[in-house]
Amino acid sequence: MAASRPQPRFPEPDTQPFWDATKRRELTYQTCNGCHAVIFYPRRHCPECGGRDTTWHVSKGEGTVYTFSVIMQSRHPAFAELGAYAVAYVDLDEGFRMMSNIVGVEDPVRDVTCGMRVRLRWADQGDDTVALPMFEPA
Amino acid sequence: MAQRRDAAIVGIHEYPLRVDGSVSALQIKAECAARSLEDAGLSWQDVDAVYDTGGDQGISGLAIAEYFGFKPRHIDTTYVGGSSFEFQANHALSMIAAGKCNAALLTYGATAHSDRRAIGTAGATSAGPATFVNNMEDPWGLTLIGNYAMVKNRHMHQYGTTNEQFAHISVATRRHAMRNPEAVQAMTDLQFVGVREITVSDVLESRLIAYPLHLLECCMVSDGGGAVVIASSDVARNARKKPVWIIGTGEATKYRENGGDITVSAGAQAAPPAFGEAGVTPAEIDVLMAYDSFSITVMCLIEDLGFCAKGEGGAYVSEGHLVFDDPRKPALNTDGGGLSSNHPGQRGIFLLIEAARQLRGESASQVNDAKLAVAVGNGGQLGSRHATAVTILAAD
Repeated sequence: MAASRPQPRFPEPDTQPFWDATKRRELTYQTCNGCHAVIFYPRRHCPECGGRDTTWHVSKGEGTVYTFSVIMQSRHPAFAELGAYAVAYVDLDEGFRMMSNIVGVEDPVRDVTCGMRVRLRWADQGDDTVALPMFEPA
Repeated sequence: MAQRRDAAIVGIHEYPLRVDGSVSALQIKAECAARSLEDAGLSWQDVDAVYDTGGDQGISGLAIAEYFGFKPRHIDTTYVGGSSFEFQANHALSMIAAGKCNAALLTYGATAHSDRRAIGTAGATSAGPATFVNNMEDPWGLTLIGNYAMVKNRHMHQYGTTNEQFAHISVATRRHAMRNPEAVQAMTDLQFVGVREITVSDVLESRLIAYPLHLLECCMVSDGGGAVVIASSDVARNARKKPVWIIGTGEATKYRENGGDITVSAGAQAAPPAFGEAGVTPAEIDVLMAYDSFSITVMCLIEDLGFCAKGEGGAYVSEGHLVFDDPRKPALNTDGGGLSSNHPGQRGIFLLIEAARQLRGESASQVNDAKLAVAVGNGGQLGSRHATAVTILAAD
């Protein structure tokens, strides 16, 4: 059996709602009802104003690659067998930046660029478990 | 404005070996402590403040006091990764100036090489605690080197910086390393391919570890350690060696933010108060000891400390004035840096040690009449969250 990726672990109350939503294939983020800041990574308070009144939203899953690296050497067993793979910060159109993988490309060094448009692609990991939100060229 | 003369580095020692399977991290700390006190002309019981980053068995600060046999009246266990020692040196200045202690000892020891720690390429494991950050980052397989590579990639995209320009940082640093016998021994013991000066082509032809970072842009993983004694002006004026005064300090953090600029390090926030306090400008600095975990770390720090404008670091490092014998200042990492001399994981202490050597006139790549040095540590990981501290040092 292939080694599995590191998984989000619970209890972890700040990010649990985000990962629960992935089971419904929803990529979610928060905004602050007090100061209207976009909040990401998820947490109970707003890092702009300290307020606790936040609202969850579902992202359309469209965005831009802010930057990325192509990992050529990983000693983690789950990634060592992947060959070269791209890890990126993606700026979603709703105004939040998340780390993820860029998939669906032949050669990530050649085919991924800063500023390229990408869209959400779910990587299922099996029933009753979280799905991983990844991105592919739009 | 008069430069302050409240506290000075009076004793230094760098553990000479980078591969040594016979000693523990604590033993390295104790040996470096004794040698640095000897360098200062102080005795074991003169130490009244202990600074420690932990990592040993037991509770940080408590374990080290007992192991050494000290009864300190001030303890500081600031740990923010590799820059911890600049933070600690800055804090020592404040505490000494406040009269809380007279002789502060900072020690470091690590056996990262002998432990076979794959620091740069291990990626996240499930060994750490469940935190909001780990839960959002661990699944993607980002390695430590990949983290820095993301910053380099954005720097190249945003400012047009080239691989050739980045390579000059490695080339200048290696030149200094080849003049430092302990660095040459380190590269030999760590089985570097080609213990010699390198060219820009050598860097570009070395393999990609995490695009766009090449092997020769990455620091080594060594064993090692060191110690620094910081003392009050009364103690410093009677020390064996010339005092190296701490004249300006600043510290800051930086982390991933929505819409943030990843190419700007915490140095941009830490530097202005440090230079302001010291009453000097970057153009006056003779020696720059900048944390070289990777080429990109140095590039960001040079820009963010104000040695050149943001985004112009590529042209700046390509002009050849980073080497010790070029009249244009500052010289960069004259001991050979983490790239080519010593990086057991927390390199910050070596920045203070080599800066002090330069201001005493003891470096293997001595800058002519060096009077001002900057040690700038960068701990954590540049592309996600890191802590930067600036320590400005002066000779009389």
